[in-house]
Amino acid sequence: MDHAFVLRTLILKDFKIRYRNMSLGMLWSVLNPLIMMSVLTFVFTVLNPPNVKNISDYPLFFLCGLIPYSFLSVTWGTGTNCIVDNAQLLKRTKMPREAVPIASVLAAGLHLLIQLGLLLGITLVNGHGINVYWLWLPLLWAVAVVFVVGLVLLCSALDVFIRDMRYLVESSVSLLFWFMPIFYSANIIKPSHKVIWELNPLTVLILAQRAVLLEGQAPEMRLFWKMCIVSGITLALGWIVFRKLEQKFYDYL
Amino acid sequence: MGLIRFQNVSKTFARTARRQVLGSHLRNIVSRTKSAEEPFFAVRDMTFSVEPGRSLGLVGSNGAGKSTTLALAAGICQPSAGTIEVTGRAVGLLELGSGFHPELTGVENLYLNAALLGMTEKEAKAAEPRIAEFADIGDYIYEPLRTYSSGMMLRLAFAVAVHSHPDVLIVDEVIGVGDSAFQQKCNERLRQLRQNRVTILCTSHSGDVLRDMCDELLWIDHGQVKRRGTPDEVLAAYLHQH
Repeated sequence: MDHAFVLRTLILKDFKIRYRNMSLGMLWSVLNPLIMMSVLTFVFTVLNPPNVKNISDYPLFFLCGLIPYSFLSVTWGTGTNCIVDNAQLLKRTKMPREAVPIASVLAAGLHLLIQLGLLLGITLVNGHGINVYWLWLPLLWAVAVVFVVGLVLLCSALDVFIRDMRYLVESSVSLLFWFMPIFYSANIIKPSHKVIWELNPLTVLILAQRAVLLEGQAPEMRLFWKMCIVSGITLALGWIVFRKLEQKFYDYL
Repeated sequence: MGLIRFQNVSKTFARTARRQVLGSHLRNIVSRTKSAEEPFFAVRDMTFSVEPGRSLGLVGSNGAGKSTTLALAAGICQPSAGTIEVTGRAVGLLELGSGFHPELTGVENLYLNAALLGMTEKEAKAAEPRIAEFADIGDYIYEPLRTYSSGMMLRLAFAVAVHSHPDVLIVDEVIGVGDSAFQQKCNERLRQLRQNRVTILCTSHSGDVLRDMCDELLWIDHGQVKRRGTPDEVLAAYLHQH
């Protein structure tokens, strides 16, 4: 079995289906974060609550947080449903089943690249130059994708046996908007609580993006290693659980 | 080469399978009751084999276990007991249009299906013109699949399946959809495959299709083998009972 071919075909399929029936196509990838950015910038700079006063360049600051979050919310949400949604396919063809959740995450890749292009564009327009630490960004995102793939493998397999999984994920995603430093700075979190927040690889990604793009600094190494460990464990766990439960998919789909 | 061997194979489904919600899982944990309900036997203690290049058809009423047997042979689900041995590349054509997506065009679906049936990209590219020619649906192959009739879908699905170099071909019920010209073409192609020692396992409710396609028939009743023999013999016994 040509696994790369299967994966590529599945990604292409998800991708074509997602974009074929949109007349504005990829414009939506850009429009959405821009609208969010404008609204939040209005709320937090024009209305001006006390704790964001000293954040310079708030729109960019916010975008650094929003893009990882929206990637997580899209991939985790659709990824959790992907096994049940593709039941017909999985019950009728013998294929490497893990290709389905992996493809569903990677199919969001182009959407992500467009948004990252937007982020880097606005960074440059706002007068922050290119620096050598930009090279960190692909690596950081790769680790984040590993984390999300692990998460989606785990949740999509569990969704077969516990069909309310998708609602749990939906609620978690909306909670996470408040529990990730998206519209506020991580400095306002109590140091004793910070340890827990930093367990989220996407939070680490947000902090690292702000360090690299806004402050021209390297990401904090301690956090980077934490991110790698959590992502590695998540992928291993997701993989093991998926392989174990996969045997029973046919009976429960 | 393609050999299928079932040795005392059983497949059970839990009757509680539909209660897949958090509430019922929690209740089970709290009350610590193991679901004591009898499992449902879709296939019970089934033993048979098909030699390479032979063609075996399954007959039986709805719910007798034919489709489960095919799914087991295709390796899509695991037996609860017994062993199944299938050598070579097994290609299943288990339901019309499974693995197809309505929004994709014929060609796009062709590649998707080829990948899922285990072809490499190179094989798929090489086979594309032959598949398109065999399906013979003209320019429709560039249209989205949702515009197809079920006959056209069958043509495309069948064309991909028979060009994927199977050692074992597993076909469920679908042949009846095509028009007589296409059925003839299918039969010819299947004969050709059998000459190349491809093993075929199929089901159908049409006696004519079974007589055409199969060397032998296997009558399945309540998940068990009731009778095996030549098509005429088994069909006579089967129809007599109904």
